[in-house]
Amino acid sequence: MTQTTVQLSPPPTAAGGAAIVDRQATRRFTEIAAERAIETLIRLCGVSAILFVFGIFFFVFREGAPYLFSEEFDIGKFLFSTEWYPTSVSRPRYGVLALIVGTFSVTALATFIAVPFGLGAAVFVSEFCGNKTRETLKIVIELLAAIPSVVWGFIGISVMNPLIQQVFHAPVGLNVLNGALLLALMSVPIMVSIGEDALKAVPDSYREAALAMGATRWQTVYRVLIPAARNGLLAAVLLGVGRAVGETMAVLMATGHAINIPHSPFDPVRTLTATIAAELGEASAGSPHYRVLFIIGILLFTITFIVNLSADLAVRGVRKR
Amino acid sequence: MRSPFTLTPCMLGAVALAAVFSLAGCNKGENGGGSAPASSTNNKKQSIQNIGSDTMVNLAQAWAEEYGKVAPGVSVEVSGGGSGVGIAALINGTAEIANTSRQIEPEEAEKAKKGSGKDPKEFLVGYDGLAIYVHKDNPLNEISMEDLGEIYREGGKVETWGQVGVAKIPGAQNDKIIRVSRQNNSGTYHYFREVVVGKKNDYKSGSLDMNGSKDVVELVGKTPGAIGYSGLGYATPAVKIVKVSKKKGDPSVIPSITTVLDKSYPIARPLFMYTPGEPSDNAKKYLDWIMSDAGQKVVEKSGYVPLPKK
Repeated sequence: MTQTTVQLSPPPTAAGGAAIVDRQATRRFTEIAAERAIETLIRLCGVSAILFVFGIFFFVFREGAPYLFSEEFDIGKFLFSTEWYPTSVSRPRYGVLALIVGTFSVTALATFIAVPFGLGAAVFVSEFCGNKTRETLKIVIELLAAIPSVVWGFIGISVMNPLIQQVFHAPVGLNVLNGALLLALMSVPIMVSIGEDALKAVPDSYREAALAMGATRWQTVYRVLIPAARNGLLAAVLLGVGRAVGETMAVLMATGHAINIPHSPFDPVRTLTATIAAELGEASAGSPHYRVLFIIGILLFTITFIVNLSADLAVRGVRKR
Repeated sequence: MRSPFTLTPCMLGAVALAAVFSLAGCNKGENGGGSAPASSTNNKKQSIQNIGSDTMVNLAQAWAEEYGKVAPGVSVEVSGGGSGVGIAALINGTAEIANTSRQIEPEEAEKAKKGSGKDPKEFLVGYDGLAIYVHKDNPLNEISMEDLGEIYREGGKVETWGQVGVAKIPGAQNDKIIRVSRQNNSGTYHYFREVVVGKKNDYKSGSLDMNGSKDVVELVGKTPGAIGYSGLGYATPAVKIVKVSKKKGDPSVIPSITTVLDKSYPIARPLFMYTPGEPSDNAKKYLDWIMSDAGQKVVEKSGYVPLPKK
């Protein structure tokens, strides 16, 4: 082995001078080609995102459309009936009102819990803490975001379920509050990181001006920074909400999965996402049940689209400033 | 009966050998002896895909483990999902054996025939008593089929524990019956609807629909005011199995091997395995073993009801 390497190594060094000249000549050509190739590749990557979104929407729509436009389908009953009996023998009914209310109740409560924590943490990380604490906090918060939702669901079932029964004397521990707490924990990291970016984007001259006026740190935050970063913070909240609306596994496990219009946070509910997750696997392809599940998919798509669009518009508002 | 033993003599030796050695030795033997069918050329274990009923997943797993000791050259890969998933796998040909806690429906059989060109073949492998579970602190000891129907049926009148004669459940926050049910495509859900709720009727909305047999029992065990139905084999110390009577006033019966087999317990059902057409050699040996005494002993050990002895 060593012999061969010794014998092989000299030639390159001997011809080294010529090779360098040669390489310089070819470099321009290869570089230009590589540049072009990379440019096309990156352009493709950019366009692919659009392609994927439209592709997914197209396929979801294609599966749902035959029933959506059939005469059997009654959009009024679909949206405003609470009777969800897709596998009934005598009279299948597809009303998703209870599921919509379920999704919104869990999301609303989750947002209500998450906003103070998320924005509070964003303000703390961006304005109040030292460099070391900030780095540690950011790592830990990112770790929180990395926990898989099925693990959250497991925590919901095994830890929160008995806890909620004991603390709130709720008859069932799997309920709106349980799901909302999990979703709040899941959307806080998003709110913190985007909210922090928004606060960071406020020019330091604002802070300096506030200080010069004799404002305390807290006055600077709530009189100057929060109004200045308003749109970015709103986007942070909305993206957190988008996360909550689309979340599936944790709510499937923790909300009790009961078709029910909740009257209190301690009632079990079922969400749109959980219904798809629980039922699509066994709905026979092409049946009305299967198609309706895809129509629910379209509905969810529309909801998250609206939420994300408003977040986007809010961010754009920031850029204009 | 013990065909797996006699077919490849090397397997007998393999059982005795240490785990690592057994695998290598067995495969060598197969190649040398040529006793195994076509697939003996590779060194891989032969596997049987076994998909389906969530009710049977514990049992199927126990069978697979036990069979691994008898026939180390074959690995049975079990996954759950529900009877519907098992039948779907049978239709699209991804399962060699499908487990179902209900008989295959005619239209499903037709689809399976279209998919594979063969009629699915049915094997009765045991029975399951569907037990009614309540929290261990619930004083309820017996319930009639009518009351169960009223609790679970859409429009049924029983909403509170007081209506079935339970004054106070220690630890429960109120008198309301918390119904625990299954997701609407589970075999257990369909069976319970057929027998208790009424085939043409629907369940009352607002029940907590769990995605697995085990989840039902777990939730009932954690919720004092709950009632639920699930396989007999899923009982835990946190729950109590309630006796069931066919009619009010009839003697109530606790689900057990005897009461399921003599049909005095009203909510019991057969468990099936289906193969696409005639089973392959491996699957056939496995099914034979399941129906042998050794296989049926596993049924009993896992909390299900074995086939009656011939």
